[in-house]
Amino acid sequence: MSGEAKVVIIPCSGIGKALGQVSRIAAFQVLEKKPGVARTLCLALLTMGDKDAAEVVSKTPCIAIDGCPNMCAAKNIEASKGRLVAKIMVTEILRNNKGLRPGGIIELNADGRKLADLVAKEVASKIDTVVD
Amino acid sequence: MCPQAVKVGIIACCGEEIPEGTVARVATRLVLEELRPNDTVTICLPLFLTGDKNETDFAKVYPTITVDGCKKRCAQNATDKLSGKPTHSISVEDVAKKHPEIKLRSFDKLSEDEMRIARELAEEIASMVDQILNKASI
Repeated sequence: MSGEAKVVIIPCSGIGKALGQVSRIAAFQVLEKKPGVARTLCLALLTMGDKDAAEVVSKTPCIAIDGCPNMCAAKNIEASKGRLVAKIMVTEILRNNKGLRPGGIIELNADGRKLADLVAKEVASKIDTVVD
Repeated sequence: MCPQAVKVGIIACCGEEIPEGTVARVATRLVLEELRPNDTVTICLPLFLTGDKNETDFAKVYPTITVDGCKKRCAQNATDKLSGKPTHSISVEDVAKKHPEIKLRSFDKLSEDEMRIARELAEEIASMVDQILNKASI
């Protein structure tokens, strides 16, 4: 999940609601589909001011995936002087897919998985614009 | 023991870059959802780190247990820095080292073996909760 990559995907670490888990699963899906192109790093580590993490986000285009309006991922990339190239809000994608009722944190329900798929597609399409 | 405590706050690392982050997260949710649902609360670690006073006061309001996934111990260090020493700290490694035959690899859905580690970690966290709330003998 680490190493040289063209894009860093940083999902929120939301542990209280299903949308945090949706953002994580979406990130992991993209990492699996784009090995060598995308990587992630721990948001908490970046937020703690870890020098290595800060160096990675300052040198590599970053995509934030946030699960709530607090936008911890996007804000912390910016606060670390990272190269934030896209902000994906899970709540916005959910708003455009009103039939979905995502649930589950340990394990997402079927709608949560569908939402994660949609978020992953959005992230992948942003990566294509950054890498191309 | 904290006789005045009503609930215990659990702050987990959730590290996205390592499988241990997923184990820490799942163990924490097992405590919150299954083992001690009425006795525990949590907060997202990045929000705890960067939020306003309501969030950073979390560990001042609740006695806390930190759950870390690696030696950098973000959860423990953050709590120490913002709110004071956690009541208890534990890491995935504390449990995983008892099972050297199990390699942690999953980021999404944990395997049956990985789930065993998460459940064992959750049981240890639940014991810490009981200790804090003085429920050990109940």
